[in-house]
Amino acid sequence: MHDLGGRQGFGPIRYTLNATAFHAGWEVRANSLYALAVRLGIFNMDEYRHAIERMDPRHYLAAGYYERSLTGLATLLVEKGVVTREELERRADGAFPLAAPSAPGRTNVSPRERFRPGDRVRVRSDYVPGHVRMPGYIRGKSGVVVSESPAYPFPDAHAHGIEAQDEPTYDVRFRSDDLWPNSADAALVHVGVFQSYLEKIG
Amino acid sequence: MTMPDQQRVVQRTASVEQRVDAVQAALDERGLKASEAVEELSHLALEQWIPQNGARVVAKAWVDPAFRERLLANGRAAVAELGLSMPKHHRHLVVLENTPAVQNVICCTQCSCTAFTIIGLPPDWYKDLDYRARVVRESRTVLKEMGLDLPPEVEIRVWDTTADTRYMVLPVQPPQTIGWPEDKLAALVTRDAMIGVARL
Repeated sequence: MHDLGGRQGFGPIRYTLNATAFHAGWEVRANSLYALAVRLGIFNMDEYRHAIERMDPRHYLAAGYYERSLTGLATLLVEKGVVTREELERRADGAFPLAAPSAPGRTNVSPRERFRPGDRVRVRSDYVPGHVRMPGYIRGKSGVVVSESPAYPFPDAHAHGIEAQDEPTYDVRFRSDDLWPNSADAALVHVGVFQSYLEKIG
Repeated sequence: MTMPDQQRVVQRTASVEQRVDAVQAALDERGLKASEAVEELSHLALEQWIPQNGARVVAKAWVDPAFRERLLANGRAAVAELGLSMPKHHRHLVVLENTPAVQNVICCTQCSCTAFTIIGLPPDWYKDLDYRARVVRESRTVLKEMGLDLPPEVEIRVWDTTADTRYMVLPVQPPQTIGWPEDKLAALVTRDAMIGVARL
């Protein structure tokens, strides 16, 4: 449900000047508790993002940002054996919805190609059951490499505790009209794409 | 709201406050010092990770061309010169320079990532489903709804934060402020301008 880029049906942005990040004390606490768990090494950012992505879609859409954060945190605490769901529900005095179990992850694609700024690339048409940081709207689409980032842990593996090599991400520039032909405002859309998701054209 | 779960007796879902309390208490009981951490991290979130950090960066880039060059070449190293740090997993800060002909705007369609230690924690609307879904596909329309009606000749570049590289927008300095001191310039710079949904 989380892969929202380009989804239709959403309404006006609820924009206000100087909008705040938090609206209640529990939101600040939820944010701090997940940060604590990352700091303690209980889970990493990819595991955390993936846990949120595994939420029931109806819950995901209805929950606000910090309820999603709390659900991801609690799910991982249970999965890592830090607490049990029963204890959380007893302490909370009610049901504590958690995310669904994880599907298998994967390691890097091999061999991978090195790209240079200006290279034309295509995003592989991969569908995977586990975590992936390739937004669906670029799958199979072509763009131009703008720059290369330092190597990062490969999310498809890192979210699942699978061994993998760190790999660079490429800022790839797409034309909005290539992404959504005749159905987008004219713009250049830049996406940070992991090396494993890309292949060179020509 | 009741969540479907067939193995379990349906019971009332605990409130979010009760659920946060439960997690915090469970971690405290295990000696993980959650309540202390909440105090410390809440202070960081509310008092330290604020847009005034990024505003200082922008103001310095406006008055100091050598710093601007370093900032555009390696954002993470340049902000460190001002005593600003980023989490370890944010390995790269890319600073996107606006010009009168180019408007950069940042988003995160899959969650709500930002360079939060530099430009501040993201505002509510940035995390809303509507912004995440629409800004990549309907950029000009969305910006107009948010009060930024760009002339048609201005090119829009949207940056979707899909990896742990972070972005911030370097806004165009308003011409009437040329020659102002750095602290006065910093006071002009807003978080929304560094996200790219506003011009100064």
